[in-house]
Amino acid sequence: MRAVEDAVGVTIPDNARIIRNLLHGAQFQHDHIVHFYHLHALDWVDVVSALKADPKKTASLSENVSNAPWGGSAYYKNVQQRLQTFVDSGQLGPLNNAYWGHSAYNLPPEANLMASAHYIEALRLQAKAARMHAIFGAKNPHLQSLVVGGITSVRDLRPDRIAEFLYLWKETQDFIKNVYIPDLLAVASFYKDWGAIGGTTNFMAWGEFPQSSAEPQSLYMPRGTIMKRNVGGIKMATQDKVTEHVQRAWYEDGKNLHPYKGETRPLKENPDYRPGGGKYSWFKAPRYEGASCEVGPLARVLVAYANGHKDVVPLVDGTLSQLDIPVQALFSTLGRTAARGLESVAIGNAMEGWILELVGNIKAGDTKTYQSWDMPNSAQGVGLNDVPRGSLGHWINIEGGKIGNYQYVVPSTWNLGPRDEKGQLGPVEEALIGTPVADPKRPLEVLRTVHSFDPCVACGVHVIDPDSNEVYKIKAL
Amino acid sequence: MEKEQKQFYERLEQKGVSRRDFMKFCTFLTATMGLSSSFVPKVAEVFAAPSQRPPVVWLHFAECTGCSESVLRSMYPWIDELVLDILSIEYHETIMAAAGHQAEENLQMAMKKYAGKFICVCEGGVATKYDGGWGKVGGQTFLEIARDVVPKAAATITIGNCSSFGGIQAAAPNPGGYVSVEKATGVKTLKIAGCPPNPVNFVGTVVNYLLLGKLPALDELGRPLFAYGKTIHDQCPRRAHFENDEMVTEFGSEEAAMGYCLYQVGCKGPETYNNCPVVKFNDGTSWPVEAGHPCIGCSEPNFWDTMTPFYEEL
Repeated sequence: MRAVEDAVGVTIPDNARIIRNLLHGAQFQHDHIVHFYHLHALDWVDVVSALKADPKKTASLSENVSNAPWGGSAYYKNVQQRLQTFVDSGQLGPLNNAYWGHSAYNLPPEANLMASAHYIEALRLQAKAARMHAIFGAKNPHLQSLVVGGITSVRDLRPDRIAEFLYLWKETQDFIKNVYIPDLLAVASFYKDWGAIGGTTNFMAWGEFPQSSAEPQSLYMPRGTIMKRNVGGIKMATQDKVTEHVQRAWYEDGKNLHPYKGETRPLKENPDYRPGGGKYSWFKAPRYEGASCEVGPLARVLVAYANGHKDVVPLVDGTLSQLDIPVQALFSTLGRTAARGLESVAIGNAMEGWILELVGNIKAGDTKTYQSWDMPNSAQGVGLNDVPRGSLGHWINIEGGKIGNYQYVVPSTWNLGPRDEKGQLGPVEEALIGTPVADPKRPLEVLRTVHSFDPCVACGVHVIDPDSNEVYKIKAL
Repeated sequence: MEKEQKQFYERLEQKGVSRRDFMKFCTFLTATMGLSSSFVPKVAEVFAAPSQRPPVVWLHFAECTGCSESVLRSMYPWIDELVLDILSIEYHETIMAAAGHQAEENLQMAMKKYAGKFICVCEGGVATKYDGGWGKVGGQTFLEIARDVVPKAAATITIGNCSSFGGIQAAAPNPGGYVSVEKATGVKTLKIAGCPPNPVNFVGTVVNYLLLGKLPALDELGRPLFAYGKTIHDQCPRRAHFENDEMVTEFGSEEAAMGYCLYQVGCKGPETYNNCPVVKFNDGTSWPVEAGHPCIGCSEPNFWDTMTPFYEEL
């Protein structure tokens, strides 16, 4: 959408910008909660151990560390009973055959029970949070009110709709502040060693949430690159420095191309893993000035921190001192998972101001949500932003009023892309090196780092043990 | 049963859902499914206490996981009830805690233990060119997996446009030869069409199965008639504007603000069978036409080819 808007030269109205920001802010709140509780928590939380917890002690632990609105020993007894009934049924369903009892699980039973209870609460909360999307976006998933030039949901700019949104926003943000963050800190305090595992070197963020039509100057989460962990040496990121490399990917060999000139020529064969310098991935390898970069919450938070962001700096400093870990610990699996929570607080808080801005516009009689435009015969455009998983770029060439070429470079190709022609590792590959694995047949520790990137991938990650040279295929879920 | 039901309602009430709210939902679901009101208590019974939770094997092929996400938004019953109390999800890439070899073992174990008895749910299209090599899980092609698992199921539900009709990867020129699960396996499937579908239609189908021991009545494409029996156009609250020739011709116009008919800006409602205008999405919050956007025909076969350009009149 933004790539086409850039190509046709249309500036969307203020209200359309605000509503897109609100929809996208809600996406961050929603996705990060789901990632933490449903796609990542079970790497740290042993649900089976929760059955051994004392509900009373769990209740006092919960009161100590959390501001969750539910609690008390009756509540935890009930949750435990529900889990027990589930286990006793003999039908373990999605909990079957996981790494329960693994020596790398560090939480006491009570913390496991508290986290399991919040896993279930978060399942419900996310369904409610998704309603924010439906209010101005028709439905979730796959919103359907965004068009080139603005948004279509002009009839939803009503006080009752806005109030409904505000209420759901508040409930979600309360959950983030009172449940998600305390849980994150409680779990992290048992896994501080993960502040030295799973780090990468280079970081890039396109940034997101324009506060005016001026981009990138007005982005709430700023744009920038940090190379070689040199936070002080932050630079502005520009789209012309991006190339994609295919030497190790299942595409026909070719030059390293900028996305405007990008080609997508998949091998017309049944591809297989080819050891010894061969091709091994469906991902192209994106590079920024030739360097592989991590994108996502950690990159965004580091870029914001380096920029002295007024909301992000105190959140980061506060968390580091609360966990009593050094700033270097940010470059890790723990840092990545913490950054996701911290930016949820910052972005969620900012949304309140955007809602009030929208109300102010409507009050002043401005309900414009769409700017008309004409399709040029030929043009090119780029749309850059950051989505919950990381930096997303779309590049379009328009020829004869139609799509001549279209390329997008998405967060998971940045993070999970393969090596390039120089043998440079992709970020997840780099992050996994040196991961301590207690039992190679049950590599729980590997999942922690892979999942911390929130991979959007249904393919296999190949991991080779240099000692046995055995290839383990570990599914990234 | 009585005790279990009592516990169920107690649990609901602890969650802030009254028995009255729950029965209201069952009434809504029963009506969505086109059953008579005498079925309401039976629908409630299904949710309250199934004796053995029906095993479900959920396969992911070429897809975006939007259909799984959609089912995660189920609010009546809540997704945790669907997963923990109603169904037994034996295999599901996104939500299962197991990974790697252990995950694949779960699939093999479920197929063996519940041979001929499990419900198979498929999400995503299946690559057929190059020996199916353009889509694999753990080294096995989607094609091999589908042909192995689907024939062993009691019934297969294809959720979403991709598994039902091939989806976006099957759009011209379809370089990987992607097809629907039905085409890939030769096994008839029940199709919960949509991109993604409304979770209510998935839940309605499952309830039908649990309640009546069979799948609901289908149209000639394999979609349940309770959900896909009428066109969007015939159920559209803006239909009167169509009849009166009150049309939106440009987004952002006065006509758009007045909620006129979206036919001329590309609405595919007249050729699309679905219950969006009646059920709406996310707990009845909205649907595309209510949000001022034309229907794109996402529950129809090959809509990426047949319903595009999206913004041009049919």
